[in-house]
Amino acid sequence: MDSILSNAKLEPVWHINNKIIFLLACLALFLIIFPLFGPSSFYLHLMIMIFMYAVMAQSWNIIAGLSGQISLGHAVFFGIGAYTSSFLFVEYGITPWIGIFIGMIFSALVAVLIGIPMLRLSGHYFAIATLLIGISFQLVFQIWELVGAASGLWIPLTEGSSWFAFQFHDSKAPYYYIFLIFFILTFLFAWRLSRSKIGFRLRAIRDDYQAASSLGINVAKYKIIAYAISAIVMAPMGSLFAQYILIVDPDRMFSMEISIIVLLMTVLGGIGNIWGPLIGVAILIPVSEYSRMYLGGTGGAVDQIFYGLILMLICIFRPAGLISFFPKHILERKKQR
Amino acid sequence: MTLEIILQAVVSGLLMGLIYALIAAGLSLIFGLMNIVNFAHGEHLMLSMFSSFWLWSLLGLDPIFSIPITVLMMAICGVLTHYLLIRYILKARMLVQICATFGLSIFIRALAQFIWTPDFRSVDKPLLEGRIEIANIFIGQPQLFASLVCLFAFVILYLFVTKTETGLGLQATAQDREAAEIVGIPSNRMFAIGWAIGLGCVGVAGGMMSNYFFIFTDVGVNFALFAFVAVALGGFGSVIGCLYAGIIIGLVESLGGLLIDPSFKLLYVFAIYLLVVIYRPQGLFGRY
Amino acid sequence: MKILSIENLSKSFGGIKANHDISFDINEGEILGIIGPNGAGKSTLFDLITGYTKVDAGKIIFNNKNILGLGPDKISNLGIGRTFQKLKPFADQTLLENVMIGSFVKESNIKKARDKALEIIDFVDLIEKRHHFAGELSTGQRKRLELARAMAIEPKLLLMDEVTGGVDQKTIPGLVELIKKLKASGITIVTIEHNINIIMEISDNILALDQGQNIAFGKAKEIQNNQKVIDSYLGSVDVA
Repeated sequence: MDSILSNAKLEPVWHINNKIIFLLACLALFLIIFPLFGPSSFYLHLMIMIFMYAVMAQSWNIIAGLSGQISLGHAVFFGIGAYTSSFLFVEYGITPWIGIFIGMIFSALVAVLIGIPMLRLSGHYFAIATLLIGISFQLVFQIWELVGAASGLWIPLTEGSSWFAFQFHDSKAPYYYIFLIFFILTFLFAWRLSRSKIGFRLRAIRDDYQAASSLGINVAKYKIIAYAISAIVMAPMGSLFAQYILIVDPDRMFSMEISIIVLLMTVLGGIGNIWGPLIGVAILIPVSEYSRMYLGGTGGAVDQIFYGLILMLICIFRPAGLISFFPKHILERKKQR
Repeated sequence: MTLEIILQAVVSGLLMGLIYALIAAGLSLIFGLMNIVNFAHGEHLMLSMFSSFWLWSLLGLDPIFSIPITVLMMAICGVLTHYLLIRYILKARMLVQICATFGLSIFIRALAQFIWTPDFRSVDKPLLEGRIEIANIFIGQPQLFASLVCLFAFVILYLFVTKTETGLGLQATAQDREAAEIVGIPSNRMFAIGWAIGLGCVGVAGGMMSNYFFIFTDVGVNFALFAFVAVALGGFGSVIGCLYAGIIIGLVESLGGLLIDPSFKLLYVFAIYLLVVIYRPQGLFGRY
Repeated sequence: MKILSIENLSKSFGGIKANHDISFDINEGEILGIIGPNGAGKSTLFDLITGYTKVDAGKIIFNNKNILGLGPDKISNLGIGRTFQKLKPFADQTLLENVMIGSFVKESNIKKARDKALEIIDFVDLIEKRHHFAGELSTGQRKRLELARAMAIEPKLLLMDEVTGGVDQKTIPGLVELIKKLKASGITIVTIEHNINIIMEISDNILALDQGQNIAFGKAKEIQNNQKVIDSYLGSVDVA
């Protein structure tokens, strides 16, 4: 009996070996000193986009990968975060640092309100609901005068850079570091969540909700919790992005394209574990940013042709995502079909 | 707010509802057969409207006459969709199935936008135009005919599914695929037929609507959403439910637009969805 | 002490009376076997007890507590575990993870939950397979997985639905031993079985169902000789 327990401490399935930890630490170090090499504005921007989308992909992975509920309108929480912090700043001068938290609270509230009726039922109901909500929010915000309707909110520029107002005019580096911090924190959070009692229970719900019920799991409650957590992770990215581009409008913040990219990145990389989203982001975001640079206006449509195509191909040939090409002893999850 | 204005809204909502019903019927048929929600349904509608438009624009065919061609093309599109995509995800998890048809919708819409640009098109001077007046209510001829044709198609669909051998084969496959196979009903072929018919319905609806609707690459989005709600309201898998549901949605949209505010039509329909989900998830006739 | 008390339990689906006016009691530490032809309402009974299906009429008293109307999660928290006729392993997770999810009912700490899970996996003799994905296991092993998973919630009452169904002959004695071990550890067991020999061997009492109704209840010998049971299910030997 004792020998069984003592050998149990290094189960390969969810132990990340020291090699990986070392590599991650090196990567983190590199990311931290990267701006000091004086990279161009474009590369800083690229990294910022990577960090931002990586966080959003982790958010989507929590509701879809960990809990098995497909959200087709995840941009909603991005937009709520963006509008909340921006509105509070523009109207009441409240610093975005506080606005971020209030945005997270509102996002969580919306998630719970949507979740209570929609998450009790089969996944199709929820997926359709998220589509409806996504488009509804865009519609409402396009008409709502209070938040600027279609033109949105224009965040007034401060004179010079300001940490209070979260605006930096001289260089992108402060933005870079802020996004990097959120990225690292989110990653660590997702890791902890995955290995926690909640994480286990969500996976159980994902894999067989009836069996999960017979094991003391209140399925509806946990699904809602997962959705709320997912919303809380997503919202700050909206707030940060708003501060980055200083304009907040329905097309930028609630767009279907955001929902699509977030979904695609995670599915492409590998859903259900914390590494997959990173892979998807690392591939898709540079491609998307470069194509935006070279193809300009039509870039959007051409991008989406490929997004749709890639999504279909992944679903047919490699539903477990690109991560399933990696040897399993390094990772949490194995190839799933 | 006279009685006439309200009646006007009721009539136009009813007519629109019949079209929603047919579109939803296609969706419901596919779902009933293989438990897959076609998230590209709106884009398929858009394709049928464009088919009608290009046949008119390039070949001079009036939409009424080109409908058979459009329907045929959509049916082929359905078969292709099944054999090139759906066939591979039949046994996959719901997540994968949703992402696959969602990916299809993105693909079709973006490709259409790339090839045809997002510009709005319309068919000039179709054969069906003008209005008729019944008891002070004005009804556009294209709208009236579109709805009647859709109703007609709906009836044919219903008869086909319940009375013909193939139709019964479809029902059998929908209820128990393996049992159906054992008695000699090839499910792969049934699925393909289901897709052909499902998209054929969309072809009829889109073809008729091209007489009076603006045709653009995003036109399918709202219709798809309404169709989803209609299927949920009618009951996933119930074709007859779509008729009632489509009409209800048409009425709510129209009356809501009249009595409250026309800009929020989507929200009224969303409210229906919310009510269905909370109070009667199986819909009016569904089996969930 | 009566651990489970069923009184006049009824459930209809449309016109079909799946369970009609069923009543019986189980004492703590006993094994109750449930037999009956297919469609007799056996699995429905389990679904009613464990809260998966709403009861039309009747009472279910567990440990002196009325558990009518509670959801499956609350019922499992109260101490009723179950396995499913159509197996439901968490296929994309390992055996260990599967069982751990059960442990979380009583134990919130991950390491302790894992240790408890390992003990149970050892109890059901599957310790070498603990890191195998549930989808890779054989049917007999999956049956043990479900059993282990249900045991992990530390139930006082365990409902087993056709545990030996679809399992090859040489695996069965092992499963029977397991059931006896479970009883010895103090768990009350209700088991639906088609394998008459097993039922007769292990059950303290047997409940016979047919067409949703309780047609007999008693010790093995009585049931074997009960005419109604013979007619509906066991069959008799015709001497030509």
